[in-house]
Amino acid sequence: MLLPAVVVVVLLIAAFGFVLGRQRAIAGAGGDISKLHSLPNYYGFNVAIMALLPAFLLLVVWLVVQPMIIESQIVGQIQERTVESYGTRGLAFSEVRRLADGLDIAVERGAMSAEQADSVRTELTDIRNRLGEVGVALGSNVSADILYVAQHYRVLNAAASMARTIAVLALALAGAAYGLWQARPDFRARIAVERTSLGLLISAASLAILTTIGIALSLIFNTVEFFRIYPMQDFLFGLVWQPSFTSDTLSPLGIVPLLWGTLYISFIALLVAVPIGLFAAVYLSEYASSGVRAVAKPLLEVLAGIPTIVYGLFALLTVGPLLVNVFGKGGALGVDWMQGGTAVITAGLVMGIMLIPFVSSLADDIINAVPQAMRDGSLGLGATQSETVRKVILPAALPGIVGAILLAASRAIGETMIVVLGAGAAGRLSLNPFDAMTTVTAKIVSQLTGDADFTSPVALVAFALGMTLFIFTLGLNVLALYIVRKYREQYE
Amino acid sequence: MSDIATRDIPVKAAAETTRSLFERDPKIKARWNAEGRFRAYGIGAISIGLMFLVVLLVTIIGNGLPAFTQTYVHLNIELKASKLDPKGNRNPDDMAKVMTFGYNPLIEQALEEDLAKAGIETDMKASALRKLLSSSVASQVRDYVLSHPGEVGKTVSFEVLASGRVDGYLKGRVTREALAQDKNLDAAHLDIVDTLVKKGIVERRFNLDFILGADASDSRPESAGIGVSMLGSLFMMLVVLVLSLPIGVAASIYLEEFAAKNWFTDLIEVNISNLAAVPSIVFGILGLAAFIQFANLPQSAPLVGGLVLTLMTLPTIIIATRASLKAVPPSIRDAALGVGASKMQAVFHHVLPLAMPGILTGTIIGLAQALGETAPLLLIGMVGFIASNPPTDLVAGFLHPNSAMPAQIYEWAKRADPAYYERAWGGIIILLVFLAIMNIVAVILRRRFERRW
Repeated sequence: MLLPAVVVVVLLIAAFGFVLGRQRAIAGAGGDISKLHSLPNYYGFNVAIMALLPAFLLLVVWLVVQPMIIESQIVGQIQERTVESYGTRGLAFSEVRRLADGLDIAVERGAMSAEQADSVRTELTDIRNRLGEVGVALGSNVSADILYVAQHYRVLNAAASMARTIAVLALALAGAAYGLWQARPDFRARIAVERTSLGLLISAASLAILTTIGIALSLIFNTVEFFRIYPMQDFLFGLVWQPSFTSDTLSPLGIVPLLWGTLYISFIALLVAVPIGLFAAVYLSEYASSGVRAVAKPLLEVLAGIPTIVYGLFALLTVGPLLVNVFGKGGALGVDWMQGGTAVITAGLVMGIMLIPFVSSLADDIINAVPQAMRDGSLGLGATQSETVRKVILPAALPGIVGAILLAASRAIGETMIVVLGAGAAGRLSLNPFDAMTTVTAKIVSQLTGDADFTSPVALVAFALGMTLFIFTLGLNVLALYIVRKYREQYE
Repeated sequence: MSDIATRDIPVKAAAETTRSLFERDPKIKARWNAEGRFRAYGIGAISIGLMFLVVLLVTIIGNGLPAFTQTYVHLNIELKASKLDPKGNRNPDDMAKVMTFGYNPLIEQALEEDLAKAGIETDMKASALRKLLSSSVASQVRDYVLSHPGEVGKTVSFEVLASGRVDGYLKGRVTREALAQDKNLDAAHLDIVDTLVKKGIVERRFNLDFILGADASDSRPESAGIGVSMLGSLFMMLVVLVLSLPIGVAASIYLEEFAAKNWFTDLIEVNISNLAAVPSIVFGILGLAAFIQFANLPQSAPLVGGLVLTLMTLPTIIIATRASLKAVPPSIRDAALGVGASKMQAVFHHVLPLAMPGILTGTIIGLAQALGETAPLLLIGMVGFIASNPPTDLVAGFLHPNSAMPAQIYEWAKRADPAYYERAWGGIIILLVFLAIMNIVAVILRRRFERRW
């Protein structure tokens, strides 16, 4: 039975269980609800939970464990000779899986009968052509060994799926039966249901921890794998970034040029965003009438709601060519500084625009948190409004503003689409803001969307880059949140 | 004040009494000027910000609107039975054996004849004239013939796509000078186009296929549409909604109503606030490693995209939900508890319904954020292919490779033909319309249903 069908059947069992449990509880009390410990619905819910929860837990665990067990069984069956022709056992296994999936599709579309799929031999049939006809593309020709293992894989998988269906349905029925058995008038159904609900609430909240662990594990495993192939000091201190997807020798993968590009672009972005954002925030919170504020603040925040892909396209197609027309060869200024539209300044400028509302709304909150008494005191002593802002409010809000700038910096460092489209592709160590450079995020995208397989260093390096990025932004965030929180406490 | 001044500087005071009270002394003037400058900086900063917004919107609309119109050619094509139905039995299965290649001569001939009828003389060969039309015309005619086998043998009037270059010329994107280096079209073609426009055979009109159609290969920008990737986005948003709303609400209820103040709660809180600030591309790496490498879910599937975006939007939804739970006054809880409700009943029967408008607002804003997100989708493979087939059924919609709106826009921005840039801007208009609608709905929900206590 297919997976969605199993889920639907379990849900149906739970729904029936709900109705039956409710009825049984009422019948047990002789129709007099006041003799029940809990409201009748709770007895129903209890049955439904008993049917659903264990069955779904089993299903999830099974779905995770089954491929692992089957893989460990199958991988050993591939002959040494076949493994050599694919390079590693993992690659040979993925070919097995691709072939097995192809056979599945062929059966599904009626190009082969199920028996045929289990019995075809390479000596008799050209598998690659047969599968090609139904739209399954196989990389290389199918060897007899791979085909044999793939067929075995299919048999194992089918058996395991059958066992899974039976086990899950049996557990759902057993759970429902147990819940029904429990549904007597003196059973404290509400307590039981509420305990389970609380458990569900806690596990939903724990998903945040799980996500973080997931991020950390997926980064760490692949990063370790990368450093096994590629020396760590070359990655951390290498001054050249020139990945080669074709050559077998290790191409230079130094992170320094990427970090430099990232920091340079973020610096320019902050150079644009911080003054504009801060002045806007000061004006909005200290000077603007409520009417102006009600119009200008949401309009500025529209800039923050625009997706980054839009800014990326804006950088690539509008700002870049515009800057070339000014600073490029034959441009308005008559200087020849800029070779192409993609450059540090293009990406930095556009990213700065994106960050303006981010800085201004954070700074606005912080400035508003400065106690009114401090303003009144300063104004009462005869200071002008701008003197009050510069000499009293800004110094008082400084830690918070520093925190806001750090958060903006972390945003800038982690921003992807603008730099992918607007910054360029070559890693370069240069001081000229009109040069094309590239960043950590842009290279994560290009290394993982290329054609390289996941086990080669040019692809794995993306995980090491991701790790660097994660540590960098995490550090900035923690620092910024700490500063902001510390500052808030000061005035509360 | 005044007696201090008279005592300390008696001589000067006498000199200064001659000055009017209404005239400011230089120092005050300087201070007031500084005040004025400071205020001007503020106004300047806000106007710069708003100017950027205006420039951005004008650029988007100016570049994107042409994508919604397309150039069409009216063509009378004689569907010759001898070519299209060699067996002569009008059986669609047999006629399907004639590939699009077999239709080209008919189209070329029709074009030549129509030009002659319109009184245009040219010494160009039919195959050169063919470049005026999109290469998708043959398959358009073939589809028509296969669905209307009875029309074979007649002359049928078609409205077919002009080629991307012709379209670009009429939209002012392709100039005659630029064509000098272009092997696809000559200036002579453009003369013909000019005449055809005058005769009404070539016409530019609204192009619904851009909104509802499928993506096309690199060489046919004129027939590319965003419809299929819109479906991909829709399926992703369904996954995000179905997962993130219940999980987000459950997590917020626990943290806001039940959690004791201990290290575990602190750990969760720290994690949520950090996840809210983790760069989106890191979520893409997580999706690649956990969902595709480890769990073997299909690459490029909207299901995987939805899972990744769920993890990404959860912090936003949790933060919004907690704020609206916090806004429900404690007296509601106390009253419920006072009449004998359990804590769980008080929360689910009373607090949650009251907080619902705020929760929905937060969810919609979170969904809008997820809809526009691109970076994580690049890593799980939702780019780099042509999203040409709409999903056939519900399961395929979730599991078969598809693109998403922002990924499609990125894909178009990466292609070589500038005609695709226009499509990308047009796609952005559609994306922004969706985002605007979602945000307006959120604002209305908040205005209409939010209660002030």
